Amino acid sequence: MAKTVVLERKPLSLSERTYLPQIVTGLKTTFSNMFKPKVTLQYPEEKPVIPNNYRGVPTLVKDPNGREKCVSCQLCEFVCPPKAIRITPGSVPDDQEDREHVEKAPQEFEINMLRCIYCGYCQEVCPEEAIFLQDQYSSSGYSREEMVNNKQKLYELGGTLPDHHYKWDKKKEAEELGNAH
Amino acid sequence: MFDWLPQNVWFSVGLKVFFALMMIGAVMTMAGYSVLAERKVSAWMQGRVGPNRTALPFIDYIPIIGPFLRKLGIFQPLADGLKFLFKEEIVPGHVNKFYYYLAPLVALVPALTTMTVLPFGQMYWPDGTTSILALADLEVGILFVFAVSSLGVYGIALAGWSSNNKYSFLGGIRSSAQMISYELAMGLSLLPVFLWVAVPGAQESGLSISGIANSQEGAAWLFLVQPVSALVFLIALFAETNRLPFDMPESETDLVGGFHTEYGSFKFGIFFVAEYAHIVIGSAIFTLLFLGGWHFLPFMNDPWPANWIGTLLGVGWFLAKTVFLIFFFIWIRWTLPRFRYDQVMHLGWTKLLPLALANLIVYVIIVTLIDQSNSTPF
Amino acid sequence: MISPTKEELITINLNGLEVEVPNGMNAVEAAALHGHEVPHYCYHPKLSVAGNCRMCLVEMGTPMRDRATGEPILEEDGSPKIGWVPKPVIGCATNVSSGMHLRTESDLVSECREGIMEFLLVNHPLDCPICDQAGECRLQEFATDYGRGYSRYVERKNVKPKRTRLGPRVTLDDERCILCSRCIRFSQEVAKDDVLGFVDRGSFSTLTCFPGKELSNNYSLNTVDICPVGALTSTDFRFKMRVWFLKESKSICVESSAGCNTTVSSREGVIQRITPCRNDLVNDTWMTDSGREIYKTVRSEDRILRPSVKGEDQPLNETISSAVNILQENKIGLVASCHSTLEEQILTKKLADLTKAEIFLRGHFGEDDGILLSADRSPNLRGALVTGLIQEYPEDNLLALNDAITKGDVEVLLVMNEDLIKSGISEENLAKVKVVYIGTHSNSSSQNADIVLPGLSVFEKGGSFINRSFLLQSFELCIPGPVGLKSQAEVLSAIIAQLSNEECISTNLDSIWELVNSGQIDLLSSITYADLKVAPVQLDGSRWSQLNFVEKEALNYRPLAS
Repeated sequence: MAKTVVLERKPLSLSERTYLPQIVTGLKTTFSNMFKPKVTLQYPEEKPVIPNNYRGVPTLVKDPNGREKCVSCQLCEFVCPPKAIRITPGSVPDDQEDREHVEKAPQEFEINMLRCIYCGYCQEVCPEEAIFLQDQYSSSGYSREEMVNNKQKLYELGGTLPDHHYKWDKKKEAEELGNAH
Repeated sequence: MFDWLPQNVWFSVGLKVFFALMMIGAVMTMAGYSVLAERKVSAWMQGRVGPNRTALPFIDYIPIIGPFLRKLGIFQPLADGLKFLFKEEIVPGHVNKFYYYLAPLVALVPALTTMTVLPFGQMYWPDGTTSILALADLEVGILFVFAVSSLGVYGIALAGWSSNNKYSFLGGIRSSAQMISYELAMGLSLLPVFLWVAVPGAQESGLSISGIANSQEGAAWLFLVQPVSALVFLIALFAETNRLPFDMPESETDLVGGFHTEYGSFKFGIFFVAEYAHIVIGSAIFTLLFLGGWHFLPFMNDPWPANWIGTLLGVGWFLAKTVFLIFFFIWIRWTLPRFRYDQVMHLGWTKLLPLALANLIVYVIIVTLIDQSNSTPF
Repeated sequence: MISPTKEELITINLNGLEVEVPNGMNAVEAAALHGHEVPHYCYHPKLSVAGNCRMCLVEMGTPMRDRATGEPILEEDGSPKIGWVPKPVIGCATNVSSGMHLRTESDLVSECREGIMEFLLVNHPLDCPICDQAGECRLQEFATDYGRGYSRYVERKNVKPKRTRLGPRVTLDDERCILCSRCIRFSQEVAKDDVLGFVDRGSFSTLTCFPGKELSNNYSLNTVDICPVGALTSTDFRFKMRVWFLKESKSICVESSAGCNTTVSSREGVIQRITPCRNDLVNDTWMTDSGREIYKTVRSEDRILRPSVKGEDQPLNETISSAVNILQENKIGLVASCHSTLEEQILTKKLADLTKAEIFLRGHFGEDDGILLSADRSPNLRGALVTGLIQEYPEDNLLALNDAITKGDVEVLLVMNEDLIKSGISEENLAKVKVVYIGTHSNSSSQNADIVLPGLSVFEKGGSFINRSFLLQSFELCIPGPVGLKSQAEVLSAIIAQLSNEECISTNLDSIWELVNSGQIDLLSSITYADLKVAPVQLDGSRWSQLNFVEKEALNYRPLAS
């Protein structure tokens, strides 16, 4: 264990005690700073570079087949610390051909961006990889209602992301290739 | 001074009023632009850009100049002022209304009153005579300045008291304590200056600001002759104008907003302007007393001709010095952290006051010795 | 069904510790009694033992005895030598006997559980995100506790029909079924409606209804409750709300005098479903399907949400004052209700005494199904007897009141929740009287009433009911009531206070019970509401044995000897 060493502080010299030389040094520093390059980003004209894994506005994504991935399991709604997410679950009709084997999908999916704290828990918890915090960072509106992103808006913002699973396709394959009962 | 004008009482009164309004306009404009300077300089010192968005129609469309002015933020004070005017007027329910409304005026009026005796140049008449450019060139101008400018603290104390808010109250109390503490050092630091200027045989009165300024023509500026006086006066000036590192009355970190916590919209704007008006006038006084006023450089005669051009150049030179001092005020603000309240009191009473006293005694001796050697024995 | 003789305690050795358990209890229950959970799927305490899930495998052994002499064989240290059964046995079908040794937490047992879990999960779909059972799923829980955590199965999983309609209220997801047969046994043994069975073999095994039948009996949703996985789902609750959002409160079913204990699940003040709550004295773990639908009345169209005087909305306090003005007249008739809670009936009685009103009460009767839907379709008729509102067993009408109005004996009516026209009051008679209606839903009484005082539904207040076996049970507030409304007890006590110019009886239930304890009702005098909240109280109903109660013998109920 390192031993604590108490350093003796040297007594201040007279000039140090007047404080004036230090003020002059400080003035020099601030003055020279005036001519250094500015770090200000002129925001609306210049946009910041968004790093990978940036946590922007949460969005819903579709798989490359254009099917919605969310099955309204409501885990994001459950995990959301500020309770920004509100899902109305709904079932998918049996006979919808492009959504075979999908039983459940959100009827309505709302994220209140006035409550959202961009923590990314919803993305982390999603078992279907349907919700992503992407690179949108600027959301604004004139009313509280406008700041609630509904399902349509969320899919608009989210678009399509590459998928590694194709869950429904696999299920269909399994049915066709012989394990059907 | 105005011999060439018709000798009519009403006319001369009207003229005085006109000049007074011009003076007010000039000082207020300078105060407004000090605010801009404050914002710009602080931004530059912190690696930022500062206000650069305000634009006026038409002017902004002029190529090159328009965008340049906009980037400089030159219209920002206008926008700020309008904002203060159009903000919602909120009066908290718990304030003492009369004094609450009175306080900003009490703060602003002394700041504006002091400038009546503020000389800002020297008029060279075609006939070779000169006269001082001032609304009223008082023989005891500096006393008037001291007397009136100290009244500004009443505004702050009144604001703090009438707000019925503990933060405001503390701010007001601190302000008055600070004012009392530094007023002494300030006054004492100037006595050697008067002694020095009013040597026997001197033409000028030792208490006339223009006199002090003119005494530095072609001679040493007084801050060279009396550096300690200049230092003490400068520090006291910071304290009197409530500027960092002495902005005890409003120190945001411990008093929220200090005396103006409960003030908003135009009432706050008046406090704001008063503070900067104090800075402008303080800078002008320091320039006049220690930096040679409108005179060119120490030990040099004014290089400009003794006509209207010289007059204008003198005024310009005086303004340049004042502006530099304003910049210095800002520069100090963004360099030094705020003192703690007890440190402020400690500095004022145990450092500056003895220093000013010692300085006075030393100069009394020096001046006496000089007098002795110059004067013929009885 | 296992019905062990619970009185006799024996000593067994559970995981190396000597513990006392009732003789003949099965190993699953015995272990649970002492804090050792034995996971199980097919076993259900209220159904027969099938033993087909194999999840409850435990190690069992008995002290060895010398075959020749019958002497106990001892270890070297003198302790009896245990003859462990070479293979694990299923706990649900193993009844404990004295000296039996059980291991529920050995390595062998956990290996067994892991193996069984792997078999069960081989063809189980990865449906948890959309499965309604998720969150209260035994398979999910035990997979977390005892499963291996990853799958070794690389082949394709079975695909089975996922939306089979078994009945009007039950939907089957075949893929999720683990073939535990609880639902089949329930239909046979409790609902006595044998419609379910397995067909096909091996991985093709499927739960199905017998040809031409469907699972439509009034107890069908109990199969959903006992399904350990999400195979049987309630068509009503399917995909409606994940269970982890639900706030569960204890309540009592008001459908009939059976007084089923229920769990009301609500989210943010909206009831999502009602499920039975186990009470071996009343309903075991069952309840009727029709009783589960009662929550829909809370937000139904005909709910009265605002107090009104002569059809105009008024603030509650002013409405109560107008009601008091009317009730100060003479010739008051008071229609009490056997749907009111016991506390409300106590206050009704007090009000009747105060106004010298004549009390009328209508019983509601229907068919008795011999299980949990009794012939008396009101939850608290015995409460009316106990509180003294009525002495005689009521008729299913209010003809006596009709006569009284015709004769002019009643000019003002205070009606608690009863539909007057349907109870046999003629319309011209109804027009003759001034009516003050206190109730939750709109009906002919409220439409003809001068003053309507809305009340709270059973889910929006606390209280107690006395069920058919004179069991006094309390229930708690499940959801907040509509804004601005007060419970019937509060309204009644406000009326009483204004009529008697006394201070308002504090409206919390404890103080009403203090009123009871002051000796007004001898049968209840030793009971406090705090006790009642802990456990139901059995009252002695023998003094009413001569009354002709309509209930027939049913589950956990035997009519009073007569």
